[in-house]
Amino acid sequence: MDLQAILLAAAIVGAVGLFAGVLLSLASEKFKVKVNEKEIEVRAALPGNNCGACGYPGCDGLAAAIAKGEAPTGACPVGGDPVAKKIGEIMGSGDGESAVRLVAHVMCKGDCEKAKEAYEYVGPQDCRIATNTPGSGPKGCSKGCLGFGSCVKACQFSAIRIENGIAVIDPKKCKSCKQCTAVCPRHLIEMIPENAGAVVNCSSNDFGKDVKAVCEAGCIGCGLCAKNCPQEAITVENHLAKVDYEKCVGCGACKAKCPVKIIE
Amino acid sequence: MKRTFKGGIHPYEGKELTENKPVTEYLPKGDLVFPLSQHIGAPAKPVVKKGDPVLAGQLIAEAGGFVSANIHSSVSGTVKAIEPRLTSAGNKVNSIVIENDGEFKSVEYKGNDTPVSELDKGVILDAIKQAGIVGMGGAGFPTHVKLSPKEPEKIDTIIVNASECEPYLTSDYRRLIEQGDGVIEGLRLALAIFPGAKGIIAVEDNKPEAIRLLTEKLAGDDKIAVHSMKTKYPEGAERQLIYANTGRYINSKMLPADAGCIVHNVDTVFAICEAVRKGKPLIERIVTVTGDAINNPGNFRILVGTSYQELIEAAGGFKTTPEKIISGGPMMGKAIYTTELPATKGSSAILCLTKDEVQEYEPSACIRCGRCISVCPGRVRPELLCNLAERGDIEGFLAHEGMECCECGCCSYVCPAKRHLTQTIAGTRKLVLANKKK
Repeated sequence: MDLQAILLAAAIVGAVGLFAGVLLSLASEKFKVKVNEKEIEVRAALPGNNCGACGYPGCDGLAAAIAKGEAPTGACPVGGDPVAKKIGEIMGSGDGESAVRLVAHVMCKGDCEKAKEAYEYVGPQDCRIATNTPGSGPKGCSKGCLGFGSCVKACQFSAIRIENGIAVIDPKKCKSCKQCTAVCPRHLIEMIPENAGAVVNCSSNDFGKDVKAVCEAGCIGCGLCAKNCPQEAITVENHLAKVDYEKCVGCGACKAKCPVKIIE
Repeated sequence: MKRTFKGGIHPYEGKELTENKPVTEYLPKGDLVFPLSQHIGAPAKPVVKKGDPVLAGQLIAEAGGFVSANIHSSVSGTVKAIEPRLTSAGNKVNSIVIENDGEFKSVEYKGNDTPVSELDKGVILDAIKQAGIVGMGGAGFPTHVKLSPKEPEKIDTIIVNASECEPYLTSDYRRLIEQGDGVIEGLRLALAIFPGAKGIIAVEDNKPEAIRLLTEKLAGDDKIAVHSMKTKYPEGAERQLIYANTGRYINSKMLPADAGCIVHNVDTVFAICEAVRKGKPLIERIVTVTGDAINNPGNFRILVGTSYQELIEAAGGFKTTPEKIISGGPMMGKAIYTTELPATKGSSAILCLTKDEVQEYEPSACIRCGRCISVCPGRVRPELLCNLAERGDIEGFLAHEGMECCECGCCSYVCPAKRHLTQTIAGTRKLVLANKKK
């Protein structure tokens, strides 16, 4: 065995390694990408769901935007106050107050007892497929929740459940990522402020008579709520009452007057 | 070798119920409803208002755009209302409701007797446009638009789709048997628009009588051929029909005109003949009322706008309570939940099935047998597409050519696990198309 050959090979490999190492370390110094240190810290403070609810491409995108000062410190709707506070400290920009948290809400209360079904549906249990059947789904009301749970599948935070034939969202678990609003074929899920004083749980723009024929829990557009609202926060458009959440103080006058009891 | 395509199925035909029953005329008693959207494209614009008296054949709504069609009243009476009404597609469409006075007074039609060889093509197209003719196979594409392709010189074949591959349906067959001359004349008129084109009347070989009659009538005619095709579903689907008769292949992104073909339904061609020769608008069609739940299944010549309920009563009413009522054929028709619907230009049949015929099964997991793949005429993988659709993977769905599906229902028909393949894929296709529009 030729020991010399082995040593020579080892020396050559060692030398090449050393050379490449020095070269790489020099190169990494020279071509260093400048990363804002704050961005890394902000990124660490964010929840990391990558849900996109803030409007930026994932948590990395938001972190970069906050670090540059393009986005407010409380831009993450998922993290809420605690995260906003933390980011505020990192950015040193004071208050760290978050925006009023918006939560998803299903604008329908037509459950199995209250809403009539036009026919029996056989097929895939998915709202987006069922909506292609006659009358865009078995439900008598063309604006009612179908209850096949496409939103349940879309929710990454288990905040939605089907209760008695309609989807119900737990506002505490909701992280306002808006995934459910995107999948609902009937666009029934709306983002409302967490502290909203009153919500009209119906989306039907049909005439009161037509609504009454298919659902007991439908807005008939009578306008009693609008007349009785001391803040003038409710308007009735296209036979459907709508609450202006900024004006609403939550006095409850509308709830008491609603003949179909759908304001809560 | 028989003219056919790869894939397809052989479902129970059920045509024996009505195929030998001559067409009977049915005159409506109640109000007639004319949805303003009986065709693909822009809805028609009403030209009458509430309270106006109308005559049969009078224009009540005019085309609302280039891809749109005129609508005519089929009875005499007064306009009762213009309001949203439920249609067989299941949605509410603005419709003209006409109270029938029971006299059936008609406007005077003015026909054109000029021989085909001397007719100007503009005259023919105009007559078709005025008559409001749309594809009567179900899709309802305005015929004058179909006959005005971008490159008319490329069209070398006009195929009359007389395959009627949907089970139970016999309206096209009866039209061929009873009014074959009108169909041939209509095809000659359509051919007059394209001087270089040849005509094909494509019939499935389960209708030997129709093939014999047509061949006899067309003896010595070198422009029109009668093709006998293998009986198989979906032989009458546009892409399969073109492939079987010309060997040309088109995909979902192409129109038949890209393959030099124009495909028309039998009834549409007959309507062209009526429009040009008699000046009559499209206000009649043949509807098959059939199924085991019907007392006297039959073929009826009806006025467009007649209520389904009246037609079912005309066929003797229900023998037993139907479990399912379908507007159209069993494979591609739409299930309906009320019979208070108007028959439109595209209504080919009312099918009332008993519980035995529409037995439901609980779907189970895919057993990877591959039968859906072997029958798929669109040459896609239904099992894979269904899986992707269920997971909401639209990109994957498109990557595996989900849009090539023609929603014929073969995969669901053969699936031993009874999976809702067609429904899931069709739903996802609609979703993709709706997103595209946005």
